[in-house]
Amino acid sequence: MTDAVSDLSRAIPKGTSLDTPFRLLCGAAATLLLVALGGVLVSLAIGGWPAFHKFGFAFFTTSHWNPVTDVYGAAGPIVGTIVSAILALAMSLPVAFGVAVFLTEFCPPILRKPIGVAVELLAGVPSIVYGMWGLFVFAPFFAEKVQIPLMSAAPPGSIWETLTSGIPNGSGVLSASIILAIMILPYMAAMFRVLFHNTPPPLRESAYALGATPLEVVMSVTLPHVRRSAVGAVMLGLGRALGETMAVTFIIGNAHGFPKSLFDSGSTIASTIANEFAEATSDMHTSALVALGFVLFLITFSVLAIARALLGSAKEV
Amino acid sequence: MLKKLAVALGAALLVGGAAQAADLSGAGATFPAPVYAKWAETYKAQTGVGLNYQAIGSGGGIKQIKAKTVDFGASDKPLKADDLNASGLMQFPTVIGGVVPVMNLPGVQPGQVKLTGAVLADIYLGEIKKWADPRIANLNKGVKLPNLPITVVHRSDGSGTSFLFTSYLAMKSPAWQQKVGANDAVEWPTGIGGKGNDGVAAFVKQTAGSIGYVEYAYAKQNKLTYAQLQNKNGQFVAPQAANFAAAAAGGDWSKAPGFYLLLLDQPGAKSWPITGATFILVYKQQANAATGKGVLSFFDWAYKNGDGAAGNLDYVPLPAAVKGLVRKAWTAQVKGPDGKPVYASR
Repeated sequence: MTDAVSDLSRAIPKGTSLDTPFRLLCGAAATLLLVALGGVLVSLAIGGWPAFHKFGFAFFTTSHWNPVTDVYGAAGPIVGTIVSAILALAMSLPVAFGVAVFLTEFCPPILRKPIGVAVELLAGVPSIVYGMWGLFVFAPFFAEKVQIPLMSAAPPGSIWETLTSGIPNGSGVLSASIILAIMILPYMAAMFRVLFHNTPPPLRESAYALGATPLEVVMSVTLPHVRRSAVGAVMLGLGRALGETMAVTFIIGNAHGFPKSLFDSGSTIASTIANEFAEATSDMHTSALVALGFVLFLITFSVLAIARALLGSAKEV
Repeated sequence: MLKKLAVALGAALLVGGAAQAADLSGAGATFPAPVYAKWAETYKAQTGVGLNYQAIGSGGGIKQIKAKTVDFGASDKPLKADDLNASGLMQFPTVIGGVVPVMNLPGVQPGQVKLTGAVLADIYLGEIKKWADPRIANLNKGVKLPNLPITVVHRSDGSGTSFLFTSYLAMKSPAWQQKVGANDAVEWPTGIGGKGNDGVAAFVKQTAGSIGYVEYAYAKQNKLTYAQLQNKNGQFVAPQAANFAAAAAGGDWSKAPGFYLLLLDQPGAKSWPITGATFILVYKQQANAATGKGVLSFFDWAYKNGDGAAGNLDYVPLPAAVKGLVRKAWTAQVKGPDGKPVYASR
């Protein structure tokens, strides 16, 4: 007994001598991350301060963005960011859900892998490629096959006429949202798939045993089980759509005001920064762009924080 | 011990650097980047001195030279004389380019449509909405213009091209000057924004009845349908290298402090009205005489040997008289730490 203890105590120092530095290193890595995050936030706040200070609350409520007179109001890009991300989500959610349900409930095992790989490949396409494709391939197609028919079919004076007014050249808020939807689809599909897959098999199997159809199993067993986590997954998709830059810049039309219809030009926070930062010479212009970055940071941060909270509490459900 | 080692190492690096002339560094405008790259390649082959040019945009170039992180900055938008003096910089032009209105009008050939600056401004203000508008028709008797609504396309990114274009419109239209103004990014009254020359060109190609503006080189290489513009002499001219050169020759550089000169609406029968040079920024007081000499030698070499390469890439070389003025300004203004000019004209 005593021998064994002394053996152990001799063995421990070897391990512990490396233990402290290892713990410190890991701690430093984690701290570095927090410091970097805080540093980004603080430097954005400092850089944007002149704009916040000069324009005050009007920075968020006015939509005049005029580099000539150095007057900046960010309402247009803020609204554009939120509208395009939510439209993208609305289009992408049903498809992502469908992909995930198909893969977990209906897919023949032989197809499961190819479809899974295809979804992952879609996630790997660089966003600039989506932008170029959107501008040169998707936009002409969209203009000819969707915009012009919709515009000519809209009854005069109806809400549809307002929604579909604009220039039929394939750019605009709706086109940007469609590209965004394609971009966030693989993320959401992959997350849903994991969530559905992690539903305890006994639950689903007993439902099938009771004679439930696949639709009933998904609706009354799988979905309620993953509800909160699924909302978290949706929020992660939304977070990605909010911050997407290049693909949107190419196709949204880049007008700073409020978009007046689905086909009208708009702008997002990220596209405005990408467009103007390199050539911004006046201090107030730069500051207004950094302030926009700060706003985007806050929006994305709160969306991700909500996602985290919902995903985190998934285990308790 | 460590200190000694560091000193020795530093000395070795310095000696090494002096023996093999240091590479030059510059940053800024994207518009002249292709010709700077071409010049740098040939210059390196001939002299062994390389150039590291980062095309980060004119705004970035001005910021970088002011932060002294590069040997020279490059900008499509010249700095005004008082701004130059305040920061101790001197500026000089390198090559000339121009801005060309391009259109998508089914059945209309390149150069068939004639426009004036005032009409162009009204189109971009959204006041002329259709190609059949009498103000356009009056300029184009005998040309069959389609009865299409006009779709205005502009640059979405801040750009020297937009700066030249809006400066020209502000010059020709008091309403534009008052409502919009001139800058590398403005609050456009109407239209859609494309990113870069290719973004503008793509929207123009996709939209019948659209009008946009791109750099001359881009319009030429992509064979876009351009418009003729009326110049100061009342002549309608086409965007061609000779007409840009005519505008550059018409400019009175000797009376432009700090070479601040926009070659807009210059006199001359052939002058293209939206012409502009791109500029280099260097410090008048060079902290290191060798660096200053290196930069000026490079551009001196480019003035002597670079015109052919510039022409091949569809830039317009500076007139010889302007080069002479720039060389004089180098000798007069750019000094080393000892107060002597770093560039001696030969």
